[in-house]
Amino acid sequence: MEVTMIINGSSVTRDVEPRTLLVHFIRDQVGLTGTNVGCDTSSCGACTVHVNGESVKSCTMLAVQADGAEIKTIEGMASPSGELHPLQRAFQENHGLQCGYCTPGMVMAASSFLAENPHPTEQEVRHGLEGNLCRCTGYHNIVKSVLAAANETAEV
Amino acid sequence: MFPSSFDYVRASSVAEAISILANEEDAKLLAGGHSLLPLMKLRLASPSKLVDIGRISELSYIEDRGEYVAVGALTRHRDLEVSAVLGSSVPMLSHVASLVGDPSVRHRGTIGGSVAHGDGASDLPAAVLALDATMVAQGPNGTREIPASEFFLGFLETALEEGEILTEIKVPKIHGGWSYQKFNRRAQDWAIVGVAAVRNGSTKVSLVNMGSMPLRALATEAAMNSGASISDAAALAAEGIDPPADLNASADYRRHLASVLVKRALEEASSS
Ligand SMILES: Cc1cc2nc3c(=O)[nH]c(=O)nc-3n(C[C@H](O)[C@H](O)[C@H](O)COP(=O)(O)OP(=O)(O)OC[C@H]3O[C@@H](n4cnc5c(N)ncnc54)[C@H](O)[C@@H]3O)c2cc1C
Ligand code: FES
Ligand code: FES
Repeated sequence: MEVTMIINGSSVTRDVEPRTLLVHFIRDQVGLTGTNVGCDTSSCGACTVHVNGESVKSCTMLAVQADGAEIKTIEGMASPSGELHPLQRAFQENHGLQCGYCTPGMVMAASSFLAENPHPTEQEVRHGLEGNLCRCTGYHNIVKSVLAAANETAEV
Repeated sequence: MFPSSFDYVRASSVAEAISILANEEDAKLLAGGHSLLPLMKLRLASPSKLVDIGRISELSYIEDRGEYVAVGALTRHRDLEVSAVLGSSVPMLSHVASLVGDPSVRHRGTIGGSVAHGDGASDLPAAVLALDATMVAQGPNGTREIPASEFFLGFLETALEEGEILTEIKVPKIHGGWSYQKFNRRAQDWAIVGVAAVRNGSTKVSLVNMGSMPLRALATEAAMNSGASISDAAALAAEGIDPPADLNASADYRRHLASVLVKRALEEASSS
């Protein structure tokens, strides 16, 4: 079945089997490997991308369900000139990553969360990221990074 | 993990979905996919055809209809969470939706999918049971209404018949107090035991993860409605109920949790 999506601003059309998961479509067919697969059972959030602006676990969505949607992955966060997104910069500055495996998913979940709640409390950030696991358990600095990014955007 | 192969068709209206289901032996509806796809990836379900109803926007709404609020089956958990109509008329439903899974799950999962799946460990089925909601189903033979008390029949089994689609849930407005107690050990987890209590004239209490389907705490309700104290009524929470045992809790611990949580729920519902 043919599907078309706007991925990080570019239109992409491919033929997929209906059972193809969105994460495999993005990684294997489109070649954007920034989105990771962690648990593959909907629990860890490593595969989080945006579908029409909202965070979704792409291991739990079929590519055919995303036909016609706008998808954003971690590759689409920095500006075309390579300037990091405020969240990416905040993760870098606040030690928000260790091995980095969970980071693409964390950043995508965090940016969807901040769109819904631009001025969160620390507690709200923790709840907003509850679907994303960090095996390095660097939660403290991840939360710090998200709060820093929220403050920065609040100031501009 | 991949699901096994299936055919995929997208329905653009309820009528179209009903006619596809009528002509296909082994077809399954796909709404948000957040119960069905995990099962298919584990090959615990292998339907030959998926009928995607996820785009039927006519089934996504929350409407004030006077005595009750009508919620379209495809309304996502996230939409329930932030609905102003529910916030003023049935705040418990928004609150329960906000406790389902995590934000990404709530962006995809729908109330209809959750209720039609009928999982005894899920939050929303127990909520509609305590709220005494009515399910509206459409099938080849027209539309019918099923009260929540007759909807859940067994393990992942509901009163929906082959070929029927759950289209709407009619939720009576809450005029008294309510409470939802979800007991788990980690954020994002399913309830080890959960309790919904609604005092809308009479008292209704339902239990999460105390059996193979969402259950009413009938002995507690009877005691409350005949004037027993909250403590006495809560002690009867697991009366006649045979809860499951698993890694998280033994059956005895679940019985204990049920009475503690029912007590908390009744106290909170009585003070609001
Ligand atoms: C990581 C994770 C955590 C979760 N945590 C929780 C939790 O804490 N609490 C909780 O309650 N739930 C939880 N869930 C389940 C979640 O709420 C599901 O979204 C919901 O149970 C199913 O809704 P859906 O729209 O995704 O349904 P689908 O998965 O699309 O469908 C589920 C079943 O219902 C049928 N169906 C769907 N819509 C209809 C309809 N309109 N009429 C008739 N049949 C229909 C389908 O054929 C299928 O059999 C979790 C899920 C995940 C992946
Ligand atoms: S890989 Fe999708 S949630 Fe873990
Ligand atoms: S940084 Fe290693 S998993 Fe999060």
